[in-house]
Amino acid sequence: MKSTAALRPWLAAWAAYLRPGDGLVLVLGLGVCIGAALSLWQGGRPDKAIIKTRGEVFLEVPLSAPRIIEVPGPLGITRIEIQPGKARVASDPGLRQYCVRQGWLNTAGAVAICAPNQVSLALSGRRSDYDSLNY
Amino acid sequence: MTPSTTEHPPAPAGRVLIPTPDDHRIARHAAAAIVLTVAEAAIPLPLPGVKPGLGNIITLVVLARWGWRDAAWVALLRVLVGSLLLGQFLAPGFFLSLSGALLSLAALGLASRLPKRWFGPVSHSILAAFAHIGGQLIVARLWLVPHDGVFFLVPVFALASTVFGLVNGLVAAKLLDEEGAVRP
Repeated sequence: MKSTAALRPWLAAWAAYLRPGDGLVLVLGLGVCIGAALSLWQGGRPDKAIIKTRGEVFLEVPLSAPRIIEVPGPLGITRIEIQPGKARVASDPGLRQYCVRQGWLNTAGAVAICAPNQVSLALSGRRSDYDSLNY
Repeated sequence: MTPSTTEHPPAPAGRVLIPTPDDHRIARHAAAAIVLTVAEAAIPLPLPGVKPGLGNIITLVVLARWGWRDAAWVALLRVLVGSLLLGQFLAPGFFLSLSGALLSLAALGLASRLPKRWFGPVSHSILAAFAHIGGQLIVARLWLVPHDGVFFLVPVFALASTVFGLVNGLVAAKLLDEEGAVRP
């Protein structure tokens, strides 16, 4: 293309002002950008699901392999589906299905509560985006 | 006609400031940097705190041609007068600029000791830009936003430092090159 052909000598003219160490500093700067983004922007990634029933921990499962967990409650069985990096309540005997309709949870600190059946599903990670929710 | 009583008395002798050539040179460069700062304030930018810092091109040129002392004068005069012209003097933005300028001057002082053959204005510019956001973040974290949430934006600031540091450094290198060709 004509525009890219015209761009190349223009870039080369500017690159002539770079000294060898400047390239090194530039790479270091980009490294800091990438390092900062990786370390600061991934705190919300969950690594395990905590399932509670009647206020007590029923099971803690890592979010690594797909799996279906059946949790017994006063109304029946709540089915929780685990997939790598996310989890959801697949089915629940409760009346309004709020926890099922929440769909997939994929951030640390996210919670789905099936109040009628007294089951809750919470995701936890290295660092949560929030540590409690109030309604 | 009797002489008016409101006439100014003659200037007291012995207290006359005579600007040296050094003063003229610093004032000229500072004026150029201030013009760039004011012009840059008209550019709309998506994030507060992210701006190209075009005035620093002048600081880099002065550093390379006249040394760190002149560069410090130019940078600090630019922060002071730029904030006065933009109505930011003693506002939070002024202290952010000041802390950034002080830390980047420190960085420039160290960076200008690097071997010239290997490290040019681009290195100075990028290192100073990183020191600048460092200074701003310290003030922001300690005083303006006392919460670790400010660090969430560090990757954005770091990327802006790298890009604008590179661009400003290249422009400074070009100016120095052309200046050198005119006055070897």
